[in-house]
Amino acid sequence: MLSRVANSLYWIGRYIERAENTARILDVNLQLLDDFEAYVDGVEEVFWEAIVQSTGDVELFREHHDGIDADGVTAFLTREAHNPNSIFSSVSSARENARMIRDQISEEMWECINEMYHFVRNEQEFLDNEETTNYDFFEEIKNYSYRFVGLMEATYFHSEGYKFLQVGRYLERADQTSRILDLKYFLPLPDGQQGGGTVDIAIWVAILRSSSAVDAFQSNRTGEADALNVSGFLILSQNFPRSIRYCLRQLEQQLRSISGTDEGFYANRAEKLAGRLMGDVAYASIDDIWEEGLHEFIDRVQLRLIGLNQSIYEEYFQLPAVDMEAEIAVQRSQQQ
Amino acid sequence: MAVRNSSANFMDFNNYETEGFFDEMFEPDGRIRPHYQRLFESIERLNPDEFEIRRRYIDSAFLSQGVTFTVYHDSQGTERIFPFDVLPRIIPRTEWAHLEKGLTQRIVALNAFLHDIYHEQKIIKDGVIPASYILSAKQFCKEFVGTKVPRDIYVHISGSDLIRDGEGRYLVLEDNLRCPSGVSYMLESRQVLKRTFPRLFPTSEVEPVKQYPDELLRMLRYIAPSANPDPMVVILTPGVHNSAYFEHCFLAREMGIEIVEGRDLVVRNSHVFMRTTQGLKQVDVIYSRVSHEFLDPSVFRPDSMLGVPGLMNAYRAGNVALANAVGTGVADDKVMYYFVPRMIKYYMGEEPILPNVDTYLASEPQDMSYIMEHLPKLVVKSANEAGGYGMLIGPASTKAEIEEFRQMIKADPRNFIAQPTISLSRHPTWTDAGFEGRHVDLRPFVLYGDGVKIIPGGLTRVALRKGSLVVNSSQGGGSKDTWVLRNDS
Repeated sequence: MLSRVANSLYWIGRYIERAENTARILDVNLQLLDDFEAYVDGVEEVFWEAIVQSTGDVELFREHHDGIDADGVTAFLTREAHNPNSIFSSVSSARENARMIRDQISEEMWECINEMYHFVRNEQEFLDNEETTNYDFFEEIKNYSYRFVGLMEATYFHSEGYKFLQVGRYLERADQTSRILDLKYFLPLPDGQQGGGTVDIAIWVAILRSSSAVDAFQSNRTGEADALNVSGFLILSQNFPRSIRYCLRQLEQQLRSISGTDEGFYANRAEKLAGRLMGDVAYASIDDIWEEGLHEFIDRVQLRLIGLNQSIYEEYFQLPAVDMEAEIAVQRSQQQ
Repeated sequence: MAVRNSSANFMDFNNYETEGFFDEMFEPDGRIRPHYQRLFESIERLNPDEFEIRRRYIDSAFLSQGVTFTVYHDSQGTERIFPFDVLPRIIPRTEWAHLEKGLTQRIVALNAFLHDIYHEQKIIKDGVIPASYILSAKQFCKEFVGTKVPRDIYVHISGSDLIRDGEGRYLVLEDNLRCPSGVSYMLESRQVLKRTFPRLFPTSEVEPVKQYPDELLRMLRYIAPSANPDPMVVILTPGVHNSAYFEHCFLAREMGIEIVEGRDLVVRNSHVFMRTTQGLKQVDVIYSRVSHEFLDPSVFRPDSMLGVPGLMNAYRAGNVALANAVGTGVADDKVMYYFVPRMIKYYMGEEPILPNVDTYLASEPQDMSYIMEHLPKLVVKSANEAGGYGMLIGPASTKAEIEEFRQMIKADPRNFIAQPTISLSRHPTWTDAGFEGRHVDLRPFVLYGDGVKIIPGGLTRVALRKGSLVVNSSQGGGSKDTWVLRNDS
């Protein structure tokens, strides 16, 4: 497979997953706000600020917005083109990549991304309809993402290209789950509220909900939805497909299958980093994590995902730099 | 005269005017031409509301499949669909056989010409075409004189534009020998029309076109160096921002081959390789959709970012085949067009089956004075432009525009030809006011590999603006499906 094509597939996987997760965070925050207003007045700003902080784009946000409020943050994360992580930017980039390699994916996958793009572009038209709300918009984004993944499973050749899509998707998802968890760090409890109190639990439940994890959590745990149990579930669950551990496991397996390397071994730096990160997470207990600090742990995971992204790039996508002038000179010298 | 029929609440042609043009569907007296009879009856049975719904479905199908072209200079990156008119253009068997013979004759002669001027140049030595015209052609690559190309074929893929004059006679308007586009529209329109209007299709009677990608791939494999039975074939594109990118991808997918950009390729020891996740892989045949002057910055334009340094070394060494061959552009120079009938006589000893449109060369003193006298009535084209650019349509231009061209022609006569304004044939086309006549041309697609193959069909382009003669997509043109019938009606 062409390096350029593999690169595009990897990024399509990442961008679609990113758009889905941004929709999840916004969706859940709107719900949380509804729940929360019953307890305290004037918390809106804190909430929306936490969202922007968890995405890591606070400075960019301040460049374009004076205060922080629901409309500003929603616009920033949904449709603003100068935010490279907005839903609009993610979907546009996914589509741009898909357009470059549309002969390499199934017709159905291409049409799904293309329709998703036109849907996002016409967001306003969709919201102008009296029967639709922001919730419906985010729901649609999620549905497009599910449809894409379903089509990838059902209509696409499961070989090298599929593996690059999967690597991109799971790397992005591990990162996004960590960001959703980190939301809690940026969200101070209102005065008079304590860890384990009503508001605290409400937020942890919302975090579960934003990962579509409520049912899975309930059927696997008897414990309450408190800090330890929820973070433990979203980081360490072996079988829940959005837990960080699960994502890293998939990521590591898919990477090895590209090079055909056995479990427990590595053929390149990307596989080595992926294996070590997976080991670190898999062999940690939730108590270890909280001892280090949840935010500190998450920060460390995110940094290592960035390193992993870089080494995947170097291993598979980076074309050995061609010095055009030298190349031209050599070729000229060979002409008679 | 107006065409009449009695039904009021159905799709009808009650107000259709042929207005003295050659009409593809109706005889001058208003009778339906026999090969349109069945279509006419099916159209009449359609309910107008249903017709409208289905017509809109076609537009949305094109949009969701991304069958679009990008409008340049638009910061929103607006994408438009190529407007598609539902009513197909129909060509009966005998007429098609005539076109097939004429196009084959023409492409064989053009190929013989290219081989000749890149080798012995007999046609110049025998005084049939003055040397100065060839040597001054922008697209003549003197670097390639003496280079052998696989199977001696230069023009593997071409699409000449045909028009019909007032009597319905087919004429060749121009030869597109570099990288003619539009074949994807031919294939997609057929598919979408079949899906939306299944009842319009007398399936057994219309020649299929869907074999084109297979024929194209067969031809590309045929020209592989040293008759390699399992060559690596790729399509080379300028990239995603090219307005025909959709077509490049479409063809790559249909043929199941890789689509590459210049930066994906590298030349080592006069062989071409592509850069993959598993290292370098050798490439044997390149279907190039990049203009040749951008192909190799070590030979042509050094500023080309689209090209591959050393590609020409590999090509000359015979290690990679290119379709079309480098340097074919010299034969679709509009001045060279003037000489095609002479080429046919010279190389084949035959009379041209498909005539040219009358053409005047500004560089011939006699023709020049004719052009200067009749400029407001003529169509002037510059020798190397395409897509309807660099063109003057005298009758539709202002005095100032005509004067501007007059000066340009005087300054550089070699670069201009002139032709009388031909009124292209017309075809019923759906408009806001019902069916009206619009001017059409025809671009059939010709493949030259193990023999000449012409796909029965083509791209019928239609000038959607009332009265307009310009069919180019960049200038308000649309397309129609083109049916070649197995029989004459």
